[in-house]
Amino acid sequence: MNIKPIHEIEKEIIEDFALFDSWEDKYEYIIDMGKKLPVLEDEHKLDENKIKGCQSTVWLVASYNDGRVFFKADSDAIIVKGLISMLINVLSGHTPTEIIDARLDFIREIGMMTHLAQTRSNGLLSMIKQMKNYAIAFQAINSQKTDHK
Amino acid sequence: MAILDLRQQFPILNRMVKGKPLVYFDNAATSQKPQVVIDALTHYYTHYNANIHRGIHTLAEEATMAYEATRRTAQEFIGAVSEEEIIFTRGTTEGINLVAYTWGRQNIGTGDEIIISGMEHHSNIVPWQILCEEKGAVLKVIPVNDNGELEMDTYKALLSSKTKLVSVVHVSNSLGTVNPIKEIIEGAHQVGAKVLIDGAQSAVHLDINVHEMDCDFFAFSGHKVYGPTGVGVLYGKKELLESMPVFQGGGEMIKEVTFEKTTYNDLPYKYEAGTPNIADTIALKAALDFIKETGKATIRAHEEELLAYATAQFQAIPGLKIIGNAKEKVSLISFIIKGVHPQDVGVLLDNQGIAVRTGHHCTQPLMARFGIPGTIRASFALYNQKEEIDALITGLHKTIKMLS
Repeated sequence: MNIKPIHEIEKEIIEDFALFDSWEDKYEYIIDMGKKLPVLEDEHKLDENKIKGCQSTVWLVASYNDGRVFFKADSDAIIVKGLISMLINVLSGHTPTEIIDARLDFIREIGMMTHLAQTRSNGLLSMIKQMKNYAIAFQAINSQKTDHK
Repeated sequence: MAILDLRQQFPILNRMVKGKPLVYFDNAATSQKPQVVIDALTHYYTHYNANIHRGIHTLAEEATMAYEATRRTAQEFIGAVSEEEIIFTRGTTEGINLVAYTWGRQNIGTGDEIIISGMEHHSNIVPWQILCEEKGAVLKVIPVNDNGELEMDTYKALLSSKTKLVSVVHVSNSLGTVNPIKEIIEGAHQVGAKVLIDGAQSAVHLDINVHEMDCDFFAFSGHKVYGPTGVGVLYGKKELLESMPVFQGGGEMIKEVTFEKTTYNDLPYKYEAGTPNIADTIALKAALDFIKETGKATIRAHEEELLAYATAQFQAIPGLKIIGNAKEKVSLISFIIKGVHPQDVGVLLDNQGIAVRTGHHCTQPLMARFGIPGTIRASFALYNQKEEIDALITGLHKTIKMLS
């Protein structure tokens, strides 16, 4: 599979955001990203897939295929949804190790740090944590398989 | 005093947020502090910081005098009969917990009933749930109607000889509803139940006279009445406070300690174990004096004007629905917008320098009652201006446009 390295996708996002000179443009872009996020089938909208922030709900599912992790997600709040959409663009399709090591500096670079703040009002931080946890879990399964060989 | 002059006394209101002048409409969460409160804090630490009550040196004496002066001011502020009825706490939550852990453990037994309302803050739900679980008691809930008012007929039907306590909120933090507490208290007393009033939201807006009200307990927080965080007041009728067991053990709350037996201090110190929050308690006096000097009637008149102005403007926004239309309301508007998540509104308003609160406001059962995940809440204080409401309306139009 031919997928760009994580840091390169991050770089592209940073470059895109550099073109925006107002907060409105930035958020309109994020909202648009949220709207474009593929629909998550209702069968995945289970409590066990919920990442609960204080205010909005995020559903996140991950699958592991051919050494790569794929994410799907949804949220009831559109800005959060846009932010997940960006995270999925950056992380989905990469190997567990790449995901675990991802620094995700783009969030700071594009001025979205406030969404990472430790307030309970949004779940971006828990979202990233959960994505990395999936990667760790898949890596563990992977190494077990290798051990058995 | 003109509102503009009052506003000048709150230095934080001059700041910019994201390049725009701050519009602060999150007053129901915490109010901003006037310069006199900030000065009282720094003055204490700069000139007479000392531990209180037992020191015999000058600083300790000055600090003790200032600390006890707040107690007298708080007593006057809520119309308590004696200073001994004023217990300093961390805030409303600790006040309610104190009653649950002392009076509650002593007086609630198996099969007894505690009545709360459907619009309680979690801090007036959870302590009673813990107590009910421990004692095998039953929690009953007064329902809320579509306007956000308590269903008083149901309340009366819930009252019985089993009712031992009624603990209700004076003013709803999520809806702004002012509850008919006089009627609630009278009803409870007729069946021999005690009454706790959660005054977290009411103390700053309404005239409080616990003696006339005849409630048994009343709790409020300093930080919602223009005072510092970390200090609050629990009022209790003297004979109740005297008969209740102690809350926390430690220094300050004792008369004499031996390994065999400890005797406890008199009121109010019996409930104030350990070194209290001296600085914030002292500064609370400045806040209460500030309210008194400004005059609650003046504050209320201004806030009512803001509420009426904002309500009319809000009603003109398509898709906006106000949650909580009680006849008696304080200056707070909770609302939802069709097809839009409250959190998104909060984020976009923040980018315009406007601070509102979004979410369930720690009243999840109430949100469930209205079948919504949360609301957007704008709550107004004495320093807010019509121009700020205009900014909010403009901000909302822009927000809705961006989200649709």
